[in-house]
Amino acid sequence: MLFFVIRRVLVSIPLLLLASIVAFILVVNTGDPIEDLRTKPNVPKATIALREHQLGLDKPVVERYVTWLGKAVHGDFGKTIKNKPVWAEVSRSMGVTLRLVLFASIVSILVGVLIGVISAVKQYSWFDHGATTGAFLLYSLPVLAVGSFLKYVLAIRFNRWIGRGDNPLIKTIGESTPNFCTKSKPYNCGFIPSVTDFLSHAFLPMLTLVLISFAGYARFSRAAMLETLNADYVRTARAKGLSERRVIVKHAFRNALTTIATIVSLDFGALIGGAILTETIFEWHGMGRVLVESINKIDPNLLLCWFFVTAVAVIVFNLVADFAYAFLDPRIRLD
Amino acid sequence: MQLPPDDDESSPPSGAAASLVPAEREFTVEQRSQWKTTVHRFTRHRPAMVSSVVFVLLMLFAFVGPSFWKYRFDQVLKKPAGANADWIRPSWEHPFGISKGYDVFAQVMRGTQYSIRIALVVTVVSVGLGVFVGAIAGYFRGFTDAVLMRFTDLMLVIPYLAAVAALQRNVKGSTWLWLALFLAFFGWMGIARVIRGEFLSLREKEFVEAARSVGASAPRIIFRHILPNTLGPIIVNATLAVGGAVLAEAALSFLGLGVKPPDTSLGKIIEVGKSKATTYPNEFWWPVLMLCLISLTINFIGDGLRDAFDPKQNRVRA
Repeated sequence: MLFFVIRRVLVSIPLLLLASIVAFILVVNTGDPIEDLRTKPNVPKATIALREHQLGLDKPVVERYVTWLGKAVHGDFGKTIKNKPVWAEVSRSMGVTLRLVLFASIVSILVGVLIGVISAVKQYSWFDHGATTGAFLLYSLPVLAVGSFLKYVLAIRFNRWIGRGDNPLIKTIGESTPNFCTKSKPYNCGFIPSVTDFLSHAFLPMLTLVLISFAGYARFSRAAMLETLNADYVRTARAKGLSERRVIVKHAFRNALTTIATIVSLDFGALIGGAILTETIFEWHGMGRVLVESINKIDPNLLLCWFFVTAVAVIVFNLVADFAYAFLDPRIRLD
Repeated sequence: MQLPPDDDESSPPSGAAASLVPAEREFTVEQRSQWKTTVHRFTRHRPAMVSSVVFVLLMLFAFVGPSFWKYRFDQVLKKPAGANADWIRPSWEHPFGISKGYDVFAQVMRGTQYSIRIALVVTVVSVGLGVFVGAIAGYFRGFTDAVLMRFTDLMLVIPYLAAVAALQRNVKGSTWLWLALFLAFFGWMGIARVIRGEFLSLREKEFVEAARSVGASAPRIIFRHILPNTLGPIIVNATLAVGGAVLAEAALSFLGLGVKPPDTSLGKIIEVGKSKATTYPNEFWWPVLMLCLISLTINFIGDGLRDAFDPKQNRVRA
């Protein structure tokens, strides 16, 4: 198992390196960061040349990449076009996004797997039909529609209905209340008020992410579970006279877990994509916001760092998937 | 959604027993060609059939509708004399109401048209790329396979909406075709993996060995012998790719990183309308509804096609 882990980790390093090259190519082709300066009339050539030099645009692309990489491995991702450190900005937004995505993932995996397993065990029951239909509908609906519906139709009306239109119980904008904990409001700085504030803001985006992703997990778990329930070893387990509960939990579910575990971790990349939209709908200042702004304003270092961090996240979760798979199914480790 | 399993397949769940089924079939079921059975199975999938009809209507709405509708998408309407504030509400004259002087029905028709047009280009290009890469990797195996699959892994590491958005930023002039090509270039990996799997298993079959033994060339075996047998997964994945492309495009345009005027799309209309989602809901909710409709119908059609092409999946299908 240890060799398996080491080999897998070593294989992902060149993958990350190649990903950083692709990211660099993408960023170079996003546009010219000083387009405004160039198209403005009456800007002296020296000003443009100075700015080009500051941003490193006067050097060849390969040299720029090598310089960037050399600094990046030391944790220095450079400055944004507004001359602020990139890493501070990205790590702050990654924190915001991860809080949302991790909570939402855990909830949707638990709910999805539970529903999938129950509907497989009770195949063709009313629960199965209802769950399969519901999961299919939610799986097919766009994030955009689910998020907007929750925000505009349900939450805003609900807040008005309970008479808290001005100070909504379920917050629809932002990841926290601005100036929530200041010197004038020290009573807000405790643990409980900050958690409540987070929950009232995170409720809707989390619900959105859970609704769109649990359906996929439910579908896959149901399929995986049905496959193992029909396997010969499950029949053997029943023939041995084991209790139904033991057959389902120890024999069928444990084997279905291998399939479920891979899908769960591979979906993480997709979840980041889904989180971009969710964050935009609920106006969170997370990775989605960083992406949109860095592309709109053509901020090379910020965008590069964004790509780098998301690539690392995807690779790490792919590794986790591999390890989980190998841990659950010893046959995998041998190849 | 769950169809009852086909009559002749419900009983034996295990592989050993299933091999007995063809022998029984010879005298209980009249002979049908594979395509006939596929079409037959598809027509019995009720949600898929309803969705197909709705989707055809949507296509008519998007592509034929604008030539018959009395308002153009760029026609500015004046508030009629003596009308009250309700004149922008949906009516027989303006089924989706009016937003900022424009007839939303005409706008949504044009947006749907662009969305579907983009999705079709994405599907054709990405399925073409995916099938090509998957077929070559699966057929030749070994080093070719390793290189192509590592490249696929690499492409999967880059979040594809972000990659498309980054490239799209630099496009000037008409944007929709470029957006479609970028989406296709970053969206072929799933299909390539599926087709590779199919090729890996089919290349070991006897009919491929037979073709090779009579001296058929590699391209001939790939295109004439193996590829026709992977048509099922290709059609299913292509269908689902249309839905995925419509949603990806809508997401990008919603973020303001997709199509730019003079082009439009459902996502673009939603983006323009989102700030007034509560006050002037017409421009926001109708395109959102249209988006849901496209996504739902395509997923149902894809589901039906999957059942029709691969009845074995029926038993374990989600």
